[in-house]
Amino acid sequence: MLEAERYELFQGPAYRFTPDRRDFFKILGGGIVVLLMMNHADGQESGRRGGGNAIPKEAEAWMHIGENGTIQFFTGKVEVGQNSRTALTQAVAEELHAPVQSVEMVMGDTDLVPFDMGTFGSRTTPTMAPQLRRVAIAAREWLLDLAAEEWHADRATLKIENGRVQGASGRSAAFGELTKGKNLVREVGAGAVSKPRCESVAKVNGRDMVTGQHRYTSDIKRPGMLYGRILRPSAFDGKLVSIDATGAEKFPGVQVVRDGNFVGIVSAEAHVLPHALAAIQSEWKAPSQPGSKDLFTYLRPAPAAVDATYTIAYIAHVPLEPRAAVAEWAEGRLTVWTGTQRPFGVREELAQAFQIPESQIRVMVPDTGSGYGGKHTGECAIEAARLAKATGKPVKLVWTREEEFTWAYFRPAGVIDIRSAANKDGILTKWEFHNYNSGGSGINTPYEVAHKQVQFHDAKSPLRQGSYRGLAATANHFARESHMDDMARTAEIDPLEFRYRNLKDARMHGVLEAAAKQFGWGKSKPRPNHGFGIACGFEKGGYVASCAEVSVDQAAKRIRVERVVTAFECGAIVNPQHLKNQVEGAVVQGLGGALFEAIEFEDGKILNGKLSRYRVPRFSDLPKLETVLVDRKDIDSAGAGETPIVALAPSIGNAVYNAVGVRLRSLPMSL
Amino acid sequence: MDLKVNGRTYQLEGDPERHLLGVLRDELDLTGSKYGCGEGQCGACTVLLAGAPVRSCLTPLRVTAGKAITTIEGLATHGKLHPLQQAFLDADAFQCGYCTSGMIMSAAGLLAKSANPAIPEITRAMQGNVCRCGTYPKIIAAVRMAAAKGGSHA
Repeated sequence: MLEAERYELFQGPAYRFTPDRRDFFKILGGGIVVLLMMNHADGQESGRRGGGNAIPKEAEAWMHIGENGTIQFFTGKVEVGQNSRTALTQAVAEELHAPVQSVEMVMGDTDLVPFDMGTFGSRTTPTMAPQLRRVAIAAREWLLDLAAEEWHADRATLKIENGRVQGASGRSAAFGELTKGKNLVREVGAGAVSKPRCESVAKVNGRDMVTGQHRYTSDIKRPGMLYGRILRPSAFDGKLVSIDATGAEKFPGVQVVRDGNFVGIVSAEAHVLPHALAAIQSEWKAPSQPGSKDLFTYLRPAPAAVDATYTIAYIAHVPLEPRAAVAEWAEGRLTVWTGTQRPFGVREELAQAFQIPESQIRVMVPDTGSGYGGKHTGECAIEAARLAKATGKPVKLVWTREEEFTWAYFRPAGVIDIRSAANKDGILTKWEFHNYNSGGSGINTPYEVAHKQVQFHDAKSPLRQGSYRGLAATANHFARESHMDDMARTAEIDPLEFRYRNLKDARMHGVLEAAAKQFGWGKSKPRPNHGFGIACGFEKGGYVASCAEVSVDQAAKRIRVERVVTAFECGAIVNPQHLKNQVEGAVVQGLGGALFEAIEFEDGKILNGKLSRYRVPRFSDLPKLETVLVDRKDIDSAGAGETPIVALAPSIGNAVYNAVGVRLRSLPMSL
Repeated sequence: MDLKVNGRTYQLEGDPERHLLGVLRDELDLTGSKYGCGEGQCGACTVLLAGAPVRSCLTPLRVTAGKAITTIEGLATHGKLHPLQQAFLDADAFQCGYCTSGMIMSAAGLLAKSANPAIPEITRAMQGNVCRCGTYPKIIAAVRMAAAKGGSHA
């Protein structure tokens, strides 16, 4: 059995004990609180976890209207640039009939928000938004109840408009007037929610971004705070043999913290730290390890007889804000601010690292400088907390870019083998697909085929690997859609027509058609040294088709992507502007993995772990981008942060083949 | 030595070789300028030094002596956003926002010397600024929008 989400498989705690509901008012202040009772299926992902079939005895607060009328919603999702803060605020404001600006979305604070597995797998829109909508509807109805009671009015004559309850008599009240002096809790269960309105709302905290006022984790300052740095091993799995840290201690105010293999330094003055760190003499012993040169034979030692083999390099997420954490201890309780996609996961890691109960730990996630699947873990939080514990002061630790490139984790590398056959009409008759190490996401073919074998094979990865935007769907789509293109050309059938002939899925057909129409597929021939390519895919409830035009300079070994048309359909559209941003962002980011990003390593060391050695997409790489959003109001909205990336690389590869007749079977593709 | 930032003068002591970015962020608590790479490759730390964009992560304090420094915090005047800040909002030219202040400062440097740049000129001037979320098309649109509204002066 295939683990589709192999690299996103994280277990939450089996039990979680939440406070008595009377405590809500101690934490939040008076007013009204809405609790959401989760059924077991929902609880797998967010909301309290019962463990096995245990029936939840306590629910958690999802919404609070204070006595002064402040409206707060609580979610364990975090904002890492995917605009979920805005999308969720928009959703609840819509249901509450209140202005977007009147709602505060409290995100990723483990003391305040309901348990959540984490922000990944494009789940915020399909699951969190309906849950919060349900809560907002309950609050809206409740406010009407309260007003009817207080005014002795017929409830049916009351309505809420622009954040005020309005009566037929012209009487009206702000929410705070109705919640004043109250300490009331109401529970809601499952129920219908409105379809999203499809509206572009500006990013709710956008002004803080353009004025530099938003405090990312790396910007937080606490009274008496020290800055930290960590001494890293000479190579992966290195063990400390000897150390002389007296050189570092000679710098004024520098303190060395040592605990086994962990060595860190702190100072109130950040600028002395690099010099102090360099003054430490240390010797490490590390095992010999495979390098990127022989990576693929290492991952898949014995090739079988295959039609084609594709390879995928390790790549780094390179979130522009590297891992960062601020930690402080007070009376045995640990508070950590950190940029992570899994605040509750990081809390669990901290509890394990320091052998203290989770109830003694608060993790808060300020809106973070991106993640792309690369910030699921709590290494930096643990390190900062260790330094803070040793010094008794708050400590901020911001990883350097080189540390982020080396000590985080990578998108898995892999090898993919394909064997296939089609009949003379271009109908697939056999499809055999083996993925070694890169992962199972998107591994299943959407094409109809009688004899199919699709398999993921485990391998021992020489580098630490984990989630990445779209997971292995990028690799699996690259191999499949490139190979489909080869088969189409062998059968002398237009690649689009070849796909149509083997597809029954109407939604896939729909995006292919939309992309082809916008691109003008089949309408013209490419100019000399230019080529056109098409590819499609589905993943996480979304369907995508990409058409690319490339220009190729074989002598200079240069591939330039001139134009990309992306058609994307993920059900009903919530916010078209932000959806388009996600699609364009995925395409631009995807250019890197398609054409130039690859981690080079040898013997436990990263060889190109800095931005001057690792090329990411820049302004000059930007193709002409055209996005076609297919709105299916009849289908529940799926997330959009990931899937638009998956068809890009094969559409480029197919265009290169079209231009110069060379099939590129390695990501990144180079001539 | 004296450091002139956003119209204020700060008296600083200590190592004149330390980098401007750290001074701004850690000592003056002006955290709008960001650390992204420490080698001048990502542009997140961009500030204006005597009106020209520089990478503050590579700029030693001593070279700033007597020169006016503008950071993202100093761009708005009397609570009114600079045309570029407004354009970034209007064009939705960010996702996570971490690169945004550097983008705006690089663009401010560009518009100061070229009031109405065409796309290739914008691309050249902004080539040293990285947005990992891939909002480049929106950023280009924002710079053109600001230029159209006379974005060269605050």
